[in-house]
Amino acid sequence: MKSQLLSINDLSTADIHSILSTAAELERITDGPTKKLPTLRGRTVVNLFFEDSTRTRISFETAAKRLSADVINFSAKGSSVSKGESLKDTAQTLQAMGADAVVIRHGSSGAAQRLADSGWISATVINAGDGTHEHPTQALLDAFTISKSFPDRKSDFSGLRVAIVGDILHSRVARSNVLLLSKLGASVTLIAPPTLLPVGVETWPVKISYNMDEQLEEFDVVMMLRIQIERMSNFFFPSEREYSRQYGLNEERLLRMKKSAIVMHPGPMNRGLEISASSADSSRSVIVDQVGNGVLTRMAVLYLLLGGAALTEVGQ
Amino acid sequence: MTFTLKNISLASGLVTNIAIDGTQVLSIGSEIHGDVVDCTGLIALPGLVDLHTHLREPGKEDSETVLSGSKAAAKGGYTALSAMANTSPVADTAGVVEQVYRLGKEAGLCEVFPIGAVTVGLAGERLAELGAMAQSAARVRVFSDDGKCVSDPLVMRRALEYVKSFGGVIAQHAQDPRLTEGAQMNEGAVSSRLGLAGWPAVAEEAIIARDILLADHVKSRLHICHLTTKGGVELVRWAKAQGINVTAEVTPHHLILTDDLVESYDPIFKVNPPLRTNEDVLALRAGLADGTIDIVATDHAPHPTEDKECEWSAAAFGMLGLETALSVVVKTMVETNAMTWEQLANVMSVNPAKIGGYDRQGVPLAAGSPANIVVIDPAQTWQVDKEALSSKSKNTPFHGYVLPTKIVHTVYEGIFVVKNQELTGLKYE
Repeated sequence: MKSQLLSINDLSTADIHSILSTAAELERITDGPTKKLPTLRGRTVVNLFFEDSTRTRISFETAAKRLSADVINFSAKGSSVSKGESLKDTAQTLQAMGADAVVIRHGSSGAAQRLADSGWISATVINAGDGTHEHPTQALLDAFTISKSFPDRKSDFSGLRVAIVGDILHSRVARSNVLLLSKLGASVTLIAPPTLLPVGVETWPVKISYNMDEQLEEFDVVMMLRIQIERMSNFFFPSEREYSRQYGLNEERLLRMKKSAIVMHPGPMNRGLEISASSADSSRSVIVDQVGNGVLTRMAVLYLLLGGAALTEVGQ
Repeated sequence: MTFTLKNISLASGLVTNIAIDGTQVLSIGSEIHGDVVDCTGLIALPGLVDLHTHLREPGKEDSETVLSGSKAAAKGGYTALSAMANTSPVADTAGVVEQVYRLGKEAGLCEVFPIGAVTVGLAGERLAELGAMAQSAARVRVFSDDGKCVSDPLVMRRALEYVKSFGGVIAQHAQDPRLTEGAQMNEGAVSSRLGLAGWPAVAEEAIIARDILLADHVKSRLHICHLTTKGGVELVRWAKAQGINVTAEVTPHHLILTDDLVESYDPIFKVNPPLRTNEDVLALRAGLADGTIDIVATDHAPHPTEDKECEWSAAAFGMLGLETALSVVVKTMVETNAMTWEQLANVMSVNPAKIGGYDRQGVPLAAGSPANIVVIDPAQTWQVDKEALSSKSKNTPFHGYVLPTKIVHTVYEGIFVVKNQELTGLKYE
């Protein structure tokens, strides 16, 4: 495995299987009264967040702490970053403080790769979401969630039909999931109004649909994406109501899905816009499971990238 | 000073001697006058003329000055450059263009022609005092809001009409602002993967099409800056076939670099207009070879290190060009047999001088012509080293590239400003 996780493209299929099976192993080991393992004791993980994201930061923080790493949260708000300090200076500061891993969330696409490739820092860089580019650990936790929902498959997704619905254009979750799910053999369909699909999407390994109702019965997984209401001002869709009617997951659509199909959402949800409360809370929804699986998957990533002590040893 | 460039090849391939006396070519032929400079194996072309240079003075002297840009120009074989108006303050008054003109004279390494802004402060709202700039000591004939598009169709129409009174030309930066809000790179397969906001070809082509029609309607002269798309080439080809008075330029970087380089997220490749696809590159080369595109212009855009040493969206747009332009054009056009040396001299010297109305520039070498000459060695390659450039900035996308053709001597008004690839410290006064 590469020493960085910037994009799903950094991972071979074997790497992905290794992360998913490590996450499963970690779940087994930590499923007792003691949730904490000593494997990254003495290591320092910095959460470098240039964008607000309480969920992702807490998830990484919990993952690192369960592996006994020291965690520093560096948030752009209230720090020197908001006073014009550059990414380079921030990186060099963290380097001087001896960070072993930097988990970076940034509003600019490519920021994580820039940090990793620039030579400013020698720590392991983990992309926790860069602009509208990628969010690889989200895709990994989604794959882990799917593999748990379809236990017979053992993380081989060939023939599995996945729909990703919503704002594909601005979604780093969608980009990472398209790459990861297609690597694992799934057939991915993107469902969105044409305005929310990027020009060039025809080169992606996916099917495209503008109509949510066309093949809803055929999907094993329906992943809903968050719609940002401010998109309306740029004419991406006429109104919230119209979007909800055309592309929202409501009760009626939920009932038409396969019996075995699951509903996913990376959160935070706009209940009543892209997903109805009844869909979000239904028995098909694995949205809450995604959160717990996020911690396990990020533990697996930190463990594998930072080369912690073997799990069998710490498990004893 | 009197000297002779001996055994030198002209663009036509004829091997001869060029004798220079003062600021004029004295003779071309067997005669030898004054000091002899052996030029066996070398080619003489009229000194290169850049119609699109950012010198950053006044206002951003940390990235380039008129002097440092003139040095870079001389090293790149240029004997004339055109200083774009987007300085601080903007070159939208006679005072600012005269200042730049005077700084160019003081540098004395090449002729510096200020370009005037079309609108006050490049804001696109009110015409700048174009007449005053035309009548100033700088005798401005080329006007451009480059960096910004004159997007209001009525302002553009009036500008085209107004400059007819003194034979001016409007050089348009074709970029529809609404279609490129927040745009970071060419919109296509690569931008879709990288999650960078797309800069569609149509944003450039829609303005080109509109301005061609406006230029035809008011019978004025339009120049299209840095054409980058296949569709843009088609539009200019159509306009020329209709007899519309339009000229167009392409930059060296758009003849060789493509948008897949952005996959590195290295802002050294961030430029306005953006790098396009290989299909566009091939169309630009074909357009340059067949005369649809009249000239190569560098769009030399120096930026300090900190403006490129950051994440992509925070970085400045622009690349250096003066010191690599000739070599890139040789690599893409001459080595591929798309163009002869004579054609190269046309697109890099003769045609830009004609568009700008630069009398002493771009004159084919003959007895009596101005002694503005570049002498090149087509047999030698060189490796680009950003640290070795004369520009104050280092933002070349070609660092490490091995490129064909060395610039050996640059003669400006009869003075060796560059000799044996080095600035001599001499200048024309």
